[in-house]
Amino acid sequence: MSWPPTIAGLLALALWQGAVWATGVPAYLVPGPIAIVQAFLAVPGFLLLSLASTLVVTFTALAVSTVLGVSLAIAITASRWARAAIEPWAVALQVTPIVAIAPLIIAWVGEPFAALVACATIVAFFPIFSSTAIGLASPPPELLDLFRLNGASRWATLRLLRLPAALPYFLAGLRISGGLALVGAVVAEFVAGAGGFASGLAYRILESGYRLQIPRMFAALVLLSLAGIAINTALSTLGRLLLRHRGET
Amino acid sequence: MTLLSIESVARRFPNGTEALRDATLSIASGDFVALLGPSGCGKSTLLRLIAGLDAPDAGALHWQGGPPGPGEIGVVFQDATLLPWATAEENVWLPLRLRGIPRAEAQPAIHAALARVGLQGFEGARPRELSGGMRMRVSLARALVGRPRVLLMDEPFAALDEFTRHTLQDDLLALWRDTGSTIVFVTHSIYEAAFLARRVVVMTPRPGRIATEITSPLAPVPETRFTPGYGTLVAEITAVLRQSMATA
Repeated sequence: MSWPPTIAGLLALALWQGAVWATGVPAYLVPGPIAIVQAFLAVPGFLLLSLASTLVVTFTALAVSTVLGVSLAIAITASRWARAAIEPWAVALQVTPIVAIAPLIIAWVGEPFAALVACATIVAFFPIFSSTAIGLASPPPELLDLFRLNGASRWATLRLLRLPAALPYFLAGLRISGGLALVGAVVAEFVAGAGGFASGLAYRILESGYRLQIPRMFAALVLLSLAGIAINTALSTLGRLLLRHRGET
Repeated sequence: MTLLSIESVARRFPNGTEALRDATLSIASGDFVALLGPSGCGKSTLLRLIAGLDAPDAGALHWQGGPPGPGEIGVVFQDATLLPWATAEENVWLPLRLRGIPRAEAQPAIHAALARVGLQGFEGARPRELSGGMRMRVSLARALVGRPRVLLMDEPFAALDEFTRHTLQDDLLALWRDTGSTIVFVTHSIYEAAFLARRVVVMTPRPGRIATEITSPLAPVPETRFTPGYGTLVAEITAVLRQSMATA
């Protein structure tokens, strides 16, 4: 924990609360921090359950993205044909705005949980895929020559050289994908929420908005931010742990 | 006894560069040959042909007892090219591991190779914990561990500081004396070639070709650096290089 962001944050909150008191602006327009905390404390279980539901979608999407991203990265590294066949589609998927295709996916997939996971996966997949592919191609040609001279099979080269060399790249991609999976889950819930089946935090935000429960809406938003920060911190800690032995060599 | 005879090999790259023309060279078992020349003279190309990593467009390589199989060629590059996530011991194990030899069985050979390069006690060290010279020693141990028929070295000490380079040159010479390995050593340093090699093969660029060959009269010991004979040999090689560059 470092002090400057904490102090700056507390200061901003104090200013915010002060401004709310000073201007007397109603809570349904701009709630102060205290009103937001009170809104959370009024229904903590309700909001935390919604958070859990969003996080389940997020982590499932992250797991699917990892499996899919790493396998496809291996495929395009192993075969020129696979690269030509897969890469343009991966890019096409990445540049397509998820809000535009989410309604289609939700309509086609039908099963709500699977639809949410599919949307979040589309958003989260690309960083893992592209960084892992770069990492798999990163070993210097001399090392590949060394493997060749010792009669290494493609499998041995993958297992003992390419995969370990790709680990730092994969972890960097995973960290970005972690944040994106949460964004994807929220976007999908927003779209699905309009269709009437969801229980995630994004749906709580929509619902509170409709009911003019603005402090609760903010409380849900804060929970989402905290979840995003926690995911980011957890994934960078994981990266540091796994790479603690490596130098620049 | 001739280990390898290279008969008028040529190599032209797809971009049209004539990397090597009509190179003929024979390497005896236990030889220490330096391939010396400026950039673009084809010395690394020749080394890759010997390693079997590339094939000649013309000419042939004849190995005594057939072409080398997996692990029969040891290589050391300009960079140590160690696996950064693996310990010194695991790095040295690598060539044997790739041939399916389990760690326990490889242990004596790994320890002997690390001791041979002066790194006993550093088995568990990872590359980032080692200096540039020590990493190069691990790389050398990795090349030696499988008892290769020939050790190919591509400017291995070029990136090291002068003091470290001298120490490693002394140690390489001692290693060669003690083990009777066959070494082909690519360098662009006249001093290095004159000090280390028993035979200095002088190459010239555009197209890469072998200009001449000089046999060293010097004793393969560290003290050679301080003898007048060393200076004479350096001067002789320099003169030959100048002359062949002028006529090329």
